[in-house]
Amino acid sequence: MNHLSLIIKREYLTKVKNKSFIIMTILSPIIMIALIAVVAYLSQLNNNKERTISILDESGLVSSIFKNTEYTTYTILKDLPLEEAKHLVEEKEEYGLLYIASGTNINDIAKSIKFYSQDTPSLTIISSLESKLERKLTDLKLQQDGVDTDKIKASRTSIDIAQESYEGEKTSKIDNIVKLAFGGIAGYLLFMFIIIYGNMIMRSVIEEKTSRIIEIIISSVKPIQLMMGKIIGTSLAGITQFVVWIILGSVLMVVVSAIFGINMSEMQAPQQEMMQQAMVSQDMQMQAQQMIAAIYNLPLINMIIAFVLFFVGGYLLYSSLYAAIGAAVDNETDTQQFIMPILMPLILAVYVGIFTVIEDPHGTVSTIFSFIPLTSPVVMLMRIPFGVPLWQQLISLALLIGTFMFTVWFAAKIYRVGILMYGKKPSYKDIYKWLKY
Amino acid sequence: MNNLLVANSVSKNFGDFKALNNVSIEVPKGSIFGLLGPNGAGKTTLIRIINQITMPDTGNVLLDGEPLEAHHIQDIGYLPEERGLYKSMKVGEQVLYLAQLKGLSKVEAKKRLKFWFEKLEIGDWWNKKIQELSKGMAQKIQFVVTVLHQPKLLIFDEPFSGFDPINANLIKDQILQLREEGATVIFATHRMESVEELCDHIALIHKSNKILDGKLQDIKRQYKTNTFEVGLVANNDTQLTQIISEKFETAPANFKSLNNDLKLNIKLPPSESSNDLLSFLTSKAQVNHFNELVPSASDIFIQTVKNSKS
Repeated sequence: MNHLSLIIKREYLTKVKNKSFIIMTILSPIIMIALIAVVAYLSQLNNNKERTISILDESGLVSSIFKNTEYTTYTILKDLPLEEAKHLVEEKEEYGLLYIASGTNINDIAKSIKFYSQDTPSLTIISSLESKLERKLTDLKLQQDGVDTDKIKASRTSIDIAQESYEGEKTSKIDNIVKLAFGGIAGYLLFMFIIIYGNMIMRSVIEEKTSRIIEIIISSVKPIQLMMGKIIGTSLAGITQFVVWIILGSVLMVVVSAIFGINMSEMQAPQQEMMQQAMVSQDMQMQAQQMIAAIYNLPLINMIIAFVLFFVGGYLLYSSLYAAIGAAVDNETDTQQFIMPILMPLILAVYVGIFTVIEDPHGTVSTIFSFIPLTSPVVMLMRIPFGVPLWQQLISLALLIGTFMFTVWFAAKIYRVGILMYGKKPSYKDIYKWLKY
Repeated sequence: MNNLLVANSVSKNFGDFKALNNVSIEVPKGSIFGLLGPNGAGKTTLIRIINQITMPDTGNVLLDGEPLEAHHIQDIGYLPEERGLYKSMKVGEQVLYLAQLKGLSKVEAKKRLKFWFEKLEIGDWWNKKIQELSKGMAQKIQFVVTVLHQPKLLIFDEPFSGFDPINANLIKDQILQLREEGATVIFATHRMESVEELCDHIALIHKSNKILDGKLQDIKRQYKTNTFEVGLVANNDTQLTQIISEKFETAPANFKSLNNDLKLNIKLPPSESSNDLLSFLTSKAQVNHFNELVPSASDIFIQTVKNSKS
């Protein structure tokens, strides 16, 4: 076992001391944050652009609804023919002209509305105009039919169906959103971790082959010790990198928003305006409280334990396969044909997780996929926030561990033979033969 | 217990391919044992079995009388044919790591490393990376890694491939010195010159089978044909040749000499000794050159391989 710790130590230290690893670790969050800041800054710049929109309302019914906002000024044109108005707006280089024809029938008026502009107008502006007009014209039509719009407004009822299981566990829509978020993050994290660090393990196995040190090493240690040492050492380096990323990322996030005064939450101002309109009736503060309550309601202990177990199990399962691939080939270009079959179940797991767990976390499809070992880590991690019976978790975990032991055995066999094979790119048939050596 | 290593009827198959077929060898303590054979004969497979890298299908290997176990790794130093080092790791760190894998403590490894680095005059490489060193320099370091833990058994697989003559000589001297100090050496190669110089025992493996083994001297004695190479000065070469040919089997010989001698290979029947031949020759002419033709390892190698084919 002393050998194993030596190998882990070496793997960890060479990874961590590697220059490109250090640069990646430090630069990645900086680049990410810089990118976010630039995007935020640019979109703010874009939204901050002051626009003037002229309104030619021949019907005289709707001009009252256009109220100037911080960035948008509405000019109401009066008693001008359409052609002249268009000309005028073009000359003044305004954003565009909204034309509403005169008429008595509101349906006709609605059909006549047009927006003239030099360039294609932004989608958010058009939607915002549309929703304003829609609301006003609907109201007008209702009034025409003798309906009291105030009464309708007063009678509008907001509903959030309270959900409760037979055991008395209460949930709501917000609860579900929070659960989805947590499950999604956990599943996606595992997915990313496998891809990034699985590749790293594979490369480090290939490096030992190409530098021809492998035979010197395995005359001192057992191949399986070397493989496990590599996997564990690289994973520890990966965890270190992840932790640095998270810490550095959040520190930078705070610093950047403090310095540049960019409020990240205001990033998408017009979109947010629309959202707010949609949720006007709901009490925002109430929602925030519900959100926090929802987080408290999550099966947190279960989630943390399951996260650790499924994360480790799933990661080891895949990384031993990556190590086997590294052992089978001579250089990185030959790895493609072997990586695809590994990536397929992983990608499938993410898609199954996203599409079926949202729809029905305890449905047949998501339940089955949370048992199949190659997809179970991701899918199960996504399901667990919704409350998965313990027996299901245990069976899935047992299957995962069983498969993991099998893959390690299988990978070790390939590894043992593969690391001493040089030159020829192996076929699947060759690898099958190696299993019998 | 005079044999350090004994392999008993070792066989190994890779799928349908038979890499070793019932091979037995005995390596005496303190010997330099040449494991010879053409490329692909099975030498490396046998060495990997001794190193416990691969397991034999049948047969077993004893080291110092005990069946091989994990702890025997510390008693063996192995320089593989396909060898290299971590390119981006520093020399010192790397050798320390490899020495620790062989069971040395860090302190002990450092002490011995200092000794070896001074001996091979590579002390100032400690902080260099392997990729900054030349191939020959890297090989010196590989050699140090092989011997650092003072193994009882040293195994070199084609040790001189890639070495320049100066380094090869240096390493050769070190191998001989290690033998003096009590190590046993197995030497796998198909280069016969080095066998001639170093080995006292050999085993010849061809197409997965051992076809010859024993003390090099004994084998040479067994293969010698009782032929003598002579250089003679006489008045009439043709007449002399005729006289000799009547008594012995002769053939024209080819060797370098200062005089314009009559050069002949003379084969003696088993009944006659070299002295008989010599006194016969001195009575007929002046003898400038007299040498018994001993088969070289290379001759034996080629002849045995040819014989095994037919």
